[in-house]
Amino acid sequence: MRWSVLGWRLASFAVAAGVIALWQFAADHRWISPVFLPGPDRAWASLMRGFTSGDLLAKLVGTLTHMAYGWLLASIAGIALGAMIGSSKTMRLYVAPTLELLRPLPVSAIIPVAIAALGLSQGMALAVIAFGSLWPLLLGTIHGFAAVEPRLYEVARVLHMPRLAVIFKIALPSAAPDILAGMRLSLTVALILAVVCEMLAGLDGLGQWVLLSARAFRSADLFAGVMLLGVIGYVTALAMSAAESRLLRWQAARR
Amino acid sequence: MSMPERLKPLLLPLAALLAFEAAMRLAAVQSDSLAPPSAIALALAGALTDGSLLIATRDTLASAFAGLALGGAIGLALGIALGLSHILNRLMEVTIEAIRPIPSVALLPIALIALGFGYRMEIAIVAFACVWPVLIMTRAAVGGIEPRLIEVARVLRLTQLDRVRKIVIPAALPRIFLAFRLAAGIALIVAVTVEIAINPLGLGAGIMTAQQALRPDLMLAYLVWIGVTGFVLNAALMAAQTTLFGRAALTGDGA
Repeated sequence: MRWSVLGWRLASFAVAAGVIALWQFAADHRWISPVFLPGPDRAWASLMRGFTSGDLLAKLVGTLTHMAYGWLLASIAGIALGAMIGSSKTMRLYVAPTLELLRPLPVSAIIPVAIAALGLSQGMALAVIAFGSLWPLLLGTIHGFAAVEPRLYEVARVLHMPRLAVIFKIALPSAAPDILAGMRLSLTVALILAVVCEMLAGLDGLGQWVLLSARAFRSADLFAGVMLLGVIGYVTALAMSAAESRLLRWQAARR
Repeated sequence: MSMPERLKPLLLPLAALLAFEAAMRLAAVQSDSLAPPSAIALALAGALTDGSLLIATRDTLASAFAGLALGGAIGLALGIALGLSHILNRLMEVTIEAIRPIPSVALLPIALIALGFGYRMEIAIVAFACVWPVLIMTRAAVGGIEPRLIEVARVLRLTQLDRVRKIVIPAALPRIFLAFRLAAGIALIVAVTVEIAINPLGLGAGIMTAQQALRPDLMLAYLVWIGVTGFVLNAALMAAQTTLFGRAALTGDGA
C-alpha cells in the first residue's frame, strides 16, 4: 500500500516536470514573447543570482517580516477580543451582529484610509495587514466560544471556577479548532495584503520587487519573485496545518 | 429591559455613529483621513446622483463577474474531470499544489505587462483567484457522489458527456453552487484590490482618487459603498442558495 502511494507521488512529480518541460519548450520556440514569458531556466538563474549577488533575500525577509508582525498582532488582538465577546452573552447580542455586518467588506478597501491617516509608511502596512487578518480570527474565535458545550460551563460553575480559569481551561481549548482555522485563513490574507502594501508604498519586499521588475520588463526577475511568493504561501500553509494537527491531537484522539 | 430584542444589535452602530459625529463636530477636527458621518452621507448622495459611483460599481462588478465566469468555468471543468478520474487526480496533484498557493495579487505585474491596464488584466487575475475554490469544492462534490448513481449511468450506457450532464452535475449541484457563492465573494475582493493597487477603473480606483484629492468624506463614502456592495452581493447569493436548494444547503457550509 505504501509503495503505491509513493509510486503515485513520483508519477505526479513526473507530470509536474513535464509541465515545466513544456514551459521550457514554449519559451525556447518563442510561442509567447520572452518579454512576457521567460523560460524556467532563465527564471531559475535569476532566482539564484538574486540570492547570491542581489537583494532578493532582503526582499524575502521584508515580506515575511511584514506578514509576521501584522499576523501576530491580529492573532493576539483577535483572540483576546474574540474571547471577550464570545464568552459573554450580552456582548454577543450587542456586538456580534455589527461584526457580521462588516464581514463581507473587502478589507483592501481600507488601504486608502490607512494611507490618508498614516502615509505611505511601514506603520500603514502593519495597520492594514493587522486589520485585514483580524476579521477571520475574531469571527472564528467568537464562533468557537459561542459553540462551547454548555454542560462544560455548568461543571465550571459547580466547581466554582473563577472566570479567567473558565476561559483558559475550558473555553479556549474547546474553541481551539475554530481559532486555528481562523489563523490559517488570516495567514493567507496577511500575505496578500503585505504584497499589495509593498507595491503601493514601495516598502522593501517581494511585492515591490515584482512590480519594479515588471516596470523594467525584467521578466525573469519577475517570475523569480512570483515563484518565491508561491513558496511562501505553500510553506506557511504547510507549517500552519502541521501546527494545527499537533495542537489538536488530543481532540482527534477523543473522537 | 423592555427593549425589543430586534433593536439590540442596532444599538452599537447607532451609538458609534452619533459619538463619531459629535466628536468630529465638537472638536472641529480638520483631517485628511476622517469626516463626520453626516458629511460622508452627503458625499455618498452626491456621488450617487452624479452617476460616478454607479459607473464605478458597474465597472467593478463587470470585471468581478467576468473573472468569476472564466475562472469558475475552468475550475468546474477541472474539478469534474479530477473528481471523476482518480488517476488524473493523483497525476495532477503536485502540479496543482505548486500553482495554487501563489497569491493572486502576485500575478498582477505579469498581467500588467502581458495585457496592460484595463478590464482584461483585472479579469485575468480575478479568474486565477476563482479557479481554486471552485476546483477544490467541485472535485470533492463529484468525488462524493453516491457510487450507485455512477453504476446506473453505466447500466444505462450513457455516453461520457451525458453521464456528466445528467448524473454528475445534478448530483453535485448544491455544493457547486456553494463553491460559486464563495468564489463570488473572492472575485469582488480581488477586483477591488487590483483596482486599489494599480488598475485605474472601478470602485477601487474611485476610493484611491478620493484619497489623493484629499476628500476624506468622499473616500469614506466609497468605503461605505464598497461595504454595502459586498453585503448585498453576499445576501443575494445566500437568498438564491436557500430558494434553489432549501435551507439544508446552507448548513453544509462548514463541509
